Amino acid sequence: MPEGLQWTEIIVFSALFLLVTVMGFMAARWRRPEDLMHLDEWGLGGRNFGSWITWFLLGGDLYTAYTFVAVPALMFGAGAAGFFAVPYTVVIYPLLFLVLIRLWSVSHVRGFVTPADFVRSRFDSPTMALLVAITGIVATMPYIALQLIGIEAVLKGMGVEGELPIIVAFVILALYTYSSGLRAPALIAFVKDALIYLVIIVAIIVIPVKLGGWEVIFGAAEEKFSMNDGPGVLLPSTGQLQYATLAFGSALALFLYPHSITAVLASKDRNVIKRNMSALPAYSLVLGLIALLGFMAIAAGVEPIGTDGNTIVPVLFDQMFYDWFNGIAYAAIGIGALVPAAIMSIAAANLFTRNIYKEYLRKDATSRQEAQVSKIASLVVKLGAVAAIIFIDPQFSIDLQLIGGVIILQTLPAVALGLFTRWFHRGALIAGWVAGMSVGVWTVYTVKRVDPVSGEVIREHFAGSAFSLSNLGFDTTYTIYAGLLAIAANLLIVVIATYVLRAMKVPEGTDGTGLEDYFADQDDPRVKDIPEIVG
Amino acid sequence: MAKTEDRPTRRRSDRSPWNWLLLLPIVIPLLVPVFNRTDPTLFGFPFFYWGQLSFIALGVLTTTLVYQMTKGNRRA
Repeated sequence: MPEGLQWTEIIVFSALFLLVTVMGFMAARWRRPEDLMHLDEWGLGGRNFGSWITWFLLGGDLYTAYTFVAVPALMFGAGAAGFFAVPYTVVIYPLLFLVLIRLWSVSHVRGFVTPADFVRSRFDSPTMALLVAITGIVATMPYIALQLIGIEAVLKGMGVEGELPIIVAFVILALYTYSSGLRAPALIAFVKDALIYLVIIVAIIVIPVKLGGWEVIFGAAEEKFSMNDGPGVLLPSTGQLQYATLAFGSALALFLYPHSITAVLASKDRNVIKRNMSALPAYSLVLGLIALLGFMAIAAGVEPIGTDGNTIVPVLFDQMFYDWFNGIAYAAIGIGALVPAAIMSIAAANLFTRNIYKEYLRKDATSRQEAQVSKIASLVVKLGAVAAIIFIDPQFSIDLQLIGGVIILQTLPAVALGLFTRWFHRGALIAGWVAGMSVGVWTVYTVKRVDPVSGEVIREHFAGSAFSLSNLGFDTTYTIYAGLLAIAANLLIVVIATYVLRAMKVPEGTDGTGLEDYFADQDDPRVKDIPEIVG
Repeated sequence: MAKTEDRPTRRRSDRSPWNWLLLLPIVIPLLVPVFNRTDPTLFGFPFFYWGQLSFIALGVLTTTLVYQMTKGNRRA
């Protein structure tokens, strides 16, 4: 157990933190544009990132500090169920291979910056676009707050108490994101990922050797999870449906998050995206190995700091590594929080600017004004996240993030399926969204956490996303990922309402995109370059 | 619409029979009962763990293959 301030770690951590701060501010001049005051530049880094930058950017964006801290914590506490992160991040790339290139193409041709821009044009529906924007912002906010929990965990590991260091870190982050836009996280992502890969390679070699090999590690976990007739290091038969549906549902949800789409739209051409669908699984391997840190912590007899289960990785590193290397490991997690937090705040800010400010508050905003509004919105979003962590119970952010995955899934019919078909009626998409949101929030509300030993209810509501099918009257102990039920309800209503609205001859609006748009590549004309090509 | 084209081009598409391959790494990692077992172990890893880590390679192989096979699928 660390006692008092760990100066060696603090010095290494601070030095690396200072390095990325300088890089963050310098990023404004990296691949310098003529004018940064345009959303394509500030918000999408010039829409010109090649395969390598995109790989680091998306890797830094999707595999967040919170993931690196929370997944091993879940393995430590719940065993095999925590390993869902692996099938989740395997399934996602083939699943989205065809989806993302279409989204990139149509956005490239039509100049879309956000998923809501696409929905507005495709379905001729500012209302559905507003719902997509609000859903995106609401789902993203707690996700940013969770990144702070990641930083908090390593600060605790260094014996640093209090909220001031987190506030300082986030204010610095807010300032360089303000000045450099998406270029800042893109540049910092190189450092973050280099550190993560270094730490994890050392960790999976050194720690098993010190503990006596993988048999010992899995043996310790087996022993822990076999108590009270537990399933050991495997899933109980009743947990399998939840495992598969959670992996699948989370994969569907991830690329609906505005921050994922922002990083995809920042890439240069379709091939960059396709190559990344093959290259990003390198991070999935790292995540799988990081997950196993949870079992290593069991074998090493790690005790979390206080009641904060998220501290098991910092404590494990503290027991296993020299102090200076420990500082690097902490910095990897800390910087790992900055990259996604920056991209998320930019994505949320773009949604606000394009789909709320320009749509409803100031229709004639120039691109300069758009960029300015976005910059300020990104500051507000980050301050909101800090306030959420300081003034509200962090558990609240975790709950909200859990709901966030469920609600962002409700934009699937409009955003993802909309790329393949315009069969849905715009009114039906709105009706489906309302149905999906209602089912989603209700199902998550019903989830209780029960103490496995005493059978007492520890938390009444929002204790996870595993919805008991017995709530629907089924005589079973099986659970299913709540998000999948919600999206099923959503799709059902979308289909029914489309038939009804069409029978009632309710106007469907005009599709603002053309079929060819979905296959366009970098060298194809953009609408804004050649206005006469429209129509 | 096709103002910039001098001659009619074949309609572009991202359809390809190769795309069906993408189903493998989507379906297999979700067949939980098949890999929810300890044996065979590998380097001390129960099958549940090394099996799923090996699905990552399956994902990489199929997406790479589909990318390579559909690359020339652009213009006539």
